[in-house]
Amino acid sequence: MTELLRMEGLTVAPAASPSVLLVNDVSFTLDSGKTTCIVGESGSGKSLTALSVMGLLSRQLKRLHGKVIFQGQDLTTLNNEQMRDIRGKRIGMIFQEPMTSLNPVLTVGYQIGESLTVHLGLKGQALKARIAGLLEQVGIPAGRANSYPDELSGGQRQRVMIAMSIACEPAMLIADEPTTALDVTVQAQILKLLDELKSRMNMGMLFITHDFGVVADIADNVVVMFRGQIVESGPVADVLHKPQHPYTQALLACVPDAEGKKPLKPIDYAWLNEERAA
Amino acid sequence: MSAMSQAEAILTARHLNKTYSQRSGRFGFGHSQIKALDDVSVSLHAGSTLAVVGESGSGKSTLARCLLQLQPLDSGEVLFQGRDLAALPASELRAERRHIQMVFQDPFASLNPRMKVGDIVGEGLLIHQLGDAIEQRQKVLQMLKRVGLTEADMQKYPHEFSGGQRQRIGIARALVLEPKVVVCDEPVSALDVSIQAQILLLLKELQQEMHLSYIFISHDLRVVRHIADEVVVMHQGKIVEQGKVDDIYAAPTQEYTRNLLNSIPGRKAMAVATH
Repeated sequence: MTELLRMEGLTVAPAASPSVLLVNDVSFTLDSGKTTCIVGESGSGKSLTALSVMGLLSRQLKRLHGKVIFQGQDLTTLNNEQMRDIRGKRIGMIFQEPMTSLNPVLTVGYQIGESLTVHLGLKGQALKARIAGLLEQVGIPAGRANSYPDELSGGQRQRVMIAMSIACEPAMLIADEPTTALDVTVQAQILKLLDELKSRMNMGMLFITHDFGVVADIADNVVVMFRGQIVESGPVADVLHKPQHPYTQALLACVPDAEGKKPLKPIDYAWLNEERAA
Repeated sequence: MSAMSQAEAILTARHLNKTYSQRSGRFGFGHSQIKALDDVSVSLHAGSTLAVVGESGSGKSTLARCLLQLQPLDSGEVLFQGRDLAALPASELRAERRHIQMVFQDPFASLNPRMKVGDIVGEGLLIHQLGDAIEQRQKVLQMLKRVGLTEADMQKYPHEFSGGQRQRIGIARALVLEPKVVVCDEPVSALDVSIQAQILLLLKELQQEMHLSYIFISHDLRVVRHIADEVVVMHQGKIVEQGKVDDIYAAPTQEYTRNLLNSIPGRKAMAVATH
């Protein structure tokens, strides 16, 4: 088990108002072949953390401090051209909305092939064979390479996105709420597929979600974020069954369970603020 | 609430059918027929919650819209307190609408951005000519306070509120008319889980206080388990299975329902976590 990614003290703020810390001193590690879930409510900074790994923060935002050490190399010291060699080749990424992430006027085969041509220089028959192989790996018949995104269902589109992201066999995969827009049965299939691919290719997966149910299914380690800070992190069993921080406990208490046994309890933010101040 | 399921049905739908025609094929040159509702019959008992669950395209939102007569049916009847809504003349239907209200999914799209919250919530009272201006203002204020907002909020515009607060405004708008039936179409899907819990509890409290009957449309089986007394499972426009929520979650009889329940993320792990 080797350390793949180490985030050290990441701090992000709007360029215009650097005192508002959207991500505040965030540190965690990710090992090869393991999944780390970042879980939190909207505005907790979980997506900004993921985007910071890729160096994809919008121009209005600024990384004030922090290192992103990927396979021993600090990504924050690289220029754009060097980053381009890492994005898509050594780190793959999947987003929430499969429809807006795919180009509607290009076949899915072409879109999967793009990164293979750019990063690996594949062409002609070799490229075609590789595309077909990738589609089969994600559970789509190879013949669908000539289909356009609108001819596929939501789940199939997300499978195409996954095929694109693993095309160059990256060491790490970042998945930002990849199943949020999907039906529950399709979500279960996609989670299973991602988990299998992670094991088979020994990838490290950084998985962003707001759903503790998804965390329970897919995570090895969990990082809980609240207002830009990590409030708790650790192995999934510990965080789910023995949460230490009052926010984690409160957040878990308002997740409805499938058995309907647990009374719902909304978060008492006033109480939480007092706890934080204490 | 299970005792109430013995109560009489307040809203009954019988043999609803609805077909959409859809463009299909490349560039949309073809046409195909989609059965959104295929012989659907449901009944809602007074004071209880009937959840309609299904995946996208199952017809659950079409069912909601057809129950409210927001969309014409191909065939079938919707009986509200014994009267067939589909057969009523427009003016009488409008009067009945006061008793059947709706809470929408998207709290950002369902409130008019140019109206003040007080006017949004009071509009129904104005349309149905309930009370004079002073009484109406009083009712609006009372309702807003009940859902957790303040008098000062009446003068604000929707954009000044968070998603959870907007959903409270949407609930106040529906309930200020003192309806008997409220159709909630995915009312908590767009909300964070902590806000979701607040809104679900609020809906439950209001149901008790105002003796409301809910039709609750949702794709989230965990939420449904908490809010519903009875469940209807829909798939491709048809009802696959229906019954008491306890029974269906404990022992689903249909393969489709079983598959749906098994897909709930973290089902086993989270069940243990809550003990």
